[in-house]
Amino acid sequence: MSTYPLLSLAIWIPIFAGLVVLSTGGDRNAPLARMLSLAGAVAGFLITIPLWTGFDVANGGMQFVELGAWIPRFNINYHLGVDGISMLFVVLNAFVTIIVVAAGWEVVKVKVAQYNAAFLIMSGLMNGIFASLDGVLFYVFFEASLIPLYLIIGVWGGPNRVYAAFKFFLYTLFGSLLLLLSLMYLFINSGGSFSILEWHKMPIALGPQIWLFLAFLIAFAVKVPMWPVHTWLPDAHVEAPTGGSIVLAAIALKLGAYGFIRFSLPILPDASHELSAVVLGMSLIAVVYIGFVALVQEDMKKLVAYSSIAHMGFVTLGFFMFSPLAVEGALVQMVSHGFVAGAMFFCIGVMYDRVHSRQIADYGGVVNTMPKFAALFMLFSMANAGLPATSGFVGEFMVILAATKFNFWVAFAAATSLIVGAAYTLWMYKRVVFGDVTNHHVAELSDINKREFAILGVLALCTLGMGLYPQPFTEVMHASVNDLLRHVAISKIQ
Amino acid sequence: MFDNFVVPNLLPAAPEIFLTVMALAILMIDLLVKDSRRTVTFVLTQLTLIGCAAIQFATSTGEITYTFSNMFVDDLMSDLLKLFLYMTLVIVMFYSRGYVIDRESMNKGEYYVLALFAALGMMVMISANHFLTIYIGLELLSLSLYAMVAMNRDSVVSTEAAMKYFVLGALASGLLLYGMSMIYGATGTLEITGIAERLYGGGVNKSVMVFGLVFLVAGLAFKLGVVPFHMWIPDVYHGAPTSVTLLIGSAPKLAAFAIVMRLLVNGLITMAADWQAMLVILSVLSMAIGNLAAIAQTNLKRMLAYSAISHMGFMLLGIVTGVVSGDARYALNAYSSAMFYVIAYVLMSAGTFGMILLMSRAGFEAENIEDFKGLNKRSPWFAGIMLMLMFSMAGVPFFIGFFAKFSVLQAVVAAGYMWLAIVAVLFSLIGTFYYLRVVKVMYFDAPADDTPLAAPLDMRILISANGLAVAALGIFPQVIMSLCAYALLRSL
Repeated sequence: MSTYPLLSLAIWIPIFAGLVVLSTGGDRNAPLARMLSLAGAVAGFLITIPLWTGFDVANGGMQFVELGAWIPRFNINYHLGVDGISMLFVVLNAFVTIIVVAAGWEVVKVKVAQYNAAFLIMSGLMNGIFASLDGVLFYVFFEASLIPLYLIIGVWGGPNRVYAAFKFFLYTLFGSLLLLLSLMYLFINSGGSFSILEWHKMPIALGPQIWLFLAFLIAFAVKVPMWPVHTWLPDAHVEAPTGGSIVLAAIALKLGAYGFIRFSLPILPDASHELSAVVLGMSLIAVVYIGFVALVQEDMKKLVAYSSIAHMGFVTLGFFMFSPLAVEGALVQMVSHGFVAGAMFFCIGVMYDRVHSRQIADYGGVVNTMPKFAALFMLFSMANAGLPATSGFVGEFMVILAATKFNFWVAFAAATSLIVGAAYTLWMYKRVVFGDVTNHHVAELSDINKREFAILGVLALCTLGMGLYPQPFTEVMHASVNDLLRHVAISKIQ
Repeated sequence: MFDNFVVPNLLPAAPEIFLTVMALAILMIDLLVKDSRRTVTFVLTQLTLIGCAAIQFATSTGEITYTFSNMFVDDLMSDLLKLFLYMTLVIVMFYSRGYVIDRESMNKGEYYVLALFAALGMMVMISANHFLTIYIGLELLSLSLYAMVAMNRDSVVSTEAAMKYFVLGALASGLLLYGMSMIYGATGTLEITGIAERLYGGGVNKSVMVFGLVFLVAGLAFKLGVVPFHMWIPDVYHGAPTSVTLLIGSAPKLAAFAIVMRLLVNGLITMAADWQAMLVILSVLSMAIGNLAAIAQTNLKRMLAYSAISHMGFMLLGIVTGVVSGDARYALNAYSSAMFYVIAYVLMSAGTFGMILLMSRAGFEAENIEDFKGLNKRSPWFAGIMLMLMFSMAGVPFFIGFFAKFSVLQAVVAAGYMWLAIVAVLFSLIGTFYYLRVVKVMYFDAPADDTPLAAPLDMRILISANGLAVAALGIFPQVIMSLCAYALLRSL
């Protein structure tokens, strides 16, 4: 165990790097801004590696804990710590930040410093969300991270970006405000504590539990997003620049799911059991219905956005079956989706940079001009469809397996997604990549350059590695998941 | 004949006395100063305010001290509010300087002297322990402001705004006086602490009291600018020269908060159930109408006027949750939250109007939202400052506006008014829309006008400091929060 405040560094190094990048000023200094951002992102990632290597897998509790008074007036503390669940996301987030900086390298040409700074600052804020053990600290990071993404969508986004940025901001803010009131309620009723770990222990009657659960549900369901509050996501994805889509899919969607694990389940175990059918129902609708919605999309980004909602449906489905296999499967799915959806959006970005269209109909026969790209795109499409030996398979398989023990029909509905998922992903792949070259845009395509190849290659290694050998991932989360489920099994009603 | 004449203890009122003397001196000195040398007046005004702050520090005892036959009170709450008042006024004077110099008819010594007299009025309001003292302070403030609004004589809008302000202000003063006379009739005293004692003693005619209270609350609501007594706010904010809007929109909120505390909490706490019920309605209406009407505005000053209405409504939430069914356990928490809210709001408001002044130049008022188009391209630094101010106003962390909303909301939740908290957050969600729109205009749109910003260096530095303070105090809100709590603990 290291004595350095690793989590603080993981939060503040990217934010500080972002401020330094901002200070480089206008686009005259763009090369410098890019180098500094890359340095900041790499430094932010390196600092998180000891979190994994120094992690004690036998310990299901909080590690690397930092505790200091922040606002004593309301007993708010600067309380950080990670367990086997949140640690993975801190590392994933730091990793994705490098990808994002690299993804925008030559593509983003205006306001380069601001673009990179927004991503670095957001990366730090999101690390803060995963590492916070204080309710207000969590909330502050949770809401502050909206600002950079709002700007990213609005400044560097597509034609309808203003609408998408506002919808994104107001939708998610609506959810978080209810979260804020719930946190205050818990603060008052716990005798003046904002500590999430204290709240885990505090007894709450069923009535308030139900209300709090519903408030949490709205807050986190918007963020995940779950059906029926998912409509902001396709808009945000379509309008966001490639980097924005990657962060949104890889990390931002995980925040809502993480909220369920950190707040809803352990603080409100009885309401979670009581209302699990509601969440399961919403998740299954997301898995099945949204899968069909994805099938008919004509815009590739929209298609992948809907497929993200379906995949996140698996995650919430796994959480609310309360078995170790299901929860671990859901968590594996979250990490895997970070790699796969990130890669899918990057692939679409690669094509968009060349053709300036995301419509499936504008493509066809890409394999003829971009063979290397087609091969990698193939791998990620397969992973998105849940092909064995890719990371996409592991999580879904674990959740479905757990579901068969839980209830046959739930498992049945969930399993249909393997078919639907394969259908929409592969059909899109077929229409875009295979066949004859359909138009001169495709004929003029150049294959991916070294930078793009490196990004896709690294992501491919992650996807395959996790698919073939998921052990390191499940190993770190094992103790924490078991602790969580043991805790959730005990009623809090007195 | 003078045997009974006791010289009152002048120490608690030392800053007021100093300010009066200085204001009169500046008025005379200014006669000898040429228009081109007006800087002298400006510097003297600033020195006066800083001097007041020094005297305030030196004479603060931390005890509740009454003087002038209990008409005037000096306690920690008044000390703290006055210190923020001086600070705000120093900032306001700095911000308005360039604007005033560019406008011939406003660059007069009277501008500074009137501001000082307005300050005096606010100080008297903050320290009032008697209905007459409150009234004198209020009128001193109002009359100075009426004149300042009309200072730009050639402007039709300004003159109209001044007339409107004057007529409605006089009406409100009338309401307040009528309420005071009713309460005097019921209790037989004009002294606030005396009224509280009579009410504790019982035997006071309740219906006369409630009747008086209604008028009192109406008068206060007018001064705070909450619905349905808000009509003057948009017109005056819009019509007044921006530097005067800056003054009206910032410091007087501190004084208005003080008289609400003095009258309702110090004086009429036993009738809390009655005035709380009235204030709840005013508060919810203000949040609703303020936030909804702000959406429709294209003029930034008008938008900020409606935003001010909604902020004052939000602040009132802190006042209405002090006493819950006769139990004053939550009072300190609630009132200090409201006080923190006011201080945070004044800081944000000063910064935002300061930004309008920064963007304006001779012959050009940057008062439409459109005028901020593409600011990120023209000046990324000041776009960033405005971004922080807007998100702070919207109540998004890490900015002070978030903790202001946070502290008031937790007081509301603690008092058990969950529905009120839900209403409040829903309206602030609506409110977020129009703050976001300003950010949108600055960042997402292309500039319509490439003129470089003309503001002088001192103003640039100060407004940057103001914006950074909004962020820094959002990360470290503890100091001001605990100052408010401590000041009220020692004053209530």
